[in-house]
Amino acid sequence: MRRVVVTGLGMVSPLGVGVQHNWDRLIAGQSGIRAIDSFDVSDLPCRIAGMVPRGTEGAGVFNPDSYVTPKDQKKIDDFILYAIGAADEAIKDSGWKPDTEEQAERTGVMIGAGIGGLSSIYESSLLLAEKGPRRISPFFIPSSLINLASGHVSIIHGYKGPNHSVVTACSTGAHALGDAARLIAFDDADVMVAGGAEAAVCRLGLAGFAAARALSTGFNDTPQKGSRPYDKDRDGFVMGEGAGVVVLEEYEHAKKRGAKIYAEIIGYGLSGDAYHITAPAEDGNGGFRAMRMALKRAGLNPGEIDYINAHGTSTPVGDLIELGAVRRLFGADLSGASMSSTKSAIGHLLGAAGAVEAIYSILSIRDQIVPPTLNLENPSEGTEGADLVPLKAKERKVRAALSNSFGFGGTNASLIFTSID
Amino acid sequence: MSDIAERVKKIVIEHLGVEEAKVTETASFIDDLGADSLDTVELVMAFEEEFGIEIPDDAAEKILTVKDAIDFIQSKSA
Repeated sequence: MRRVVVTGLGMVSPLGVGVQHNWDRLIAGQSGIRAIDSFDVSDLPCRIAGMVPRGTEGAGVFNPDSYVTPKDQKKIDDFILYAIGAADEAIKDSGWKPDTEEQAERTGVMIGAGIGGLSSIYESSLLLAEKGPRRISPFFIPSSLINLASGHVSIIHGYKGPNHSVVTACSTGAHALGDAARLIAFDDADVMVAGGAEAAVCRLGLAGFAAARALSTGFNDTPQKGSRPYDKDRDGFVMGEGAGVVVLEEYEHAKKRGAKIYAEIIGYGLSGDAYHITAPAEDGNGGFRAMRMALKRAGLNPGEIDYINAHGTSTPVGDLIELGAVRRLFGADLSGASMSSTKSAIGHLLGAAGAVEAIYSILSIRDQIVPPTLNLENPSEGTEGADLVPLKAKERKVRAALSNSFGFGGTNASLIFTSID
Repeated sequence: MSDIAERVKKIVIEHLGVEEAKVTETASFIDDLGADSLDTVELVMAFEEEFGIEIPDDAAEKILTVKDAIDFIQSKSA
């Protein structure tokens, strides 16, 4: 099997635009969660979210004009805009630019989303009800379709290889990286631009997740306290938006062109709970089997994993089920690994979460430091003996990192990265 | 220049993101102003909205240039 390495990283998140900007803020313990002020939330039980900072200038501020002309922005939902922005950074970072037709045909894209253009669907529905079908834009459908993130990136950069997309709710980003790596391993492509994007923070999205009783409702006045995985007072997840995109590349291909190699993707496991549409199986067996499969593929023992980026959404039930599954596999002390949830800083980016968190995991290997679980002030009963990296980042040895993502429908994915040295 | 022509040109400039100087009366939306087939559908919708008229599909298909649009709208408003 061909080896697959990561040669480019790109990110748009509530902590801002740019991987290094994000990482610096994350390690400093800063939060990107705030009160929603861009639309009416007065009648919603959750009024906070991790929102991408937007504007025209300033460090880490997302300016759509940097990527797409104002004319074309109207044809593109925000989740696609974020994907284009993150892909732009990752591609520049990788230095990869196909020169020949054959190279273009060996470069593909696999960027997914959990929900897609929810805002566009919501706005167009209102327009349809108010003004009738003749007012619906011809760009409504292409603006909302999930695979159009991959479509736009391929059109912008001229990539003619596999053009694919993942839709597995909150596991999307992790599945996209894992499946794209397999396309390279199977020799269907040499380079894949892979990741996840989401922009579902709108009235409809908030109302829907709130109806499912999934969101935090007790921290509307203290937004940055809302996402608190493993803490006694956690009361649901906080929605987030953004995109994470990486450039995956066949190892020899990367070496030959002298590319900077961040990490190798050596493990990928996936499973189904076959249990419930929104709740994880009580014994966490789906997550357990995804992690076990990833370890087997990687050829690693649990003791060789030093950092686990948890799915850890800050829901009362989910956090401890995941920790239980990790303990079953790694032992009560996690075999000495540190495990944190970066959702404490950015919220839950749904379809983008797995990709963004994979990037954080890769950076923990690069910098030998693990990001904190913010707001973990009073650890929940049942977390004893596990290093959940409360409040402050921690310098430590990180040889290999595992990143978990679990989604509605009972879909689970685990990725394992190592440095290539 | 008539008021209708001014308003048509303004819509074309806004929707297609083109410079004012390029929007001559003989300019073709697709050949000269960089529109694709979906852009022209949206452009026709914008004319309908602006002038409070309905442009049937068979008429819309014949609106290929700025002048075509002005002429059609003038005939409707006359």
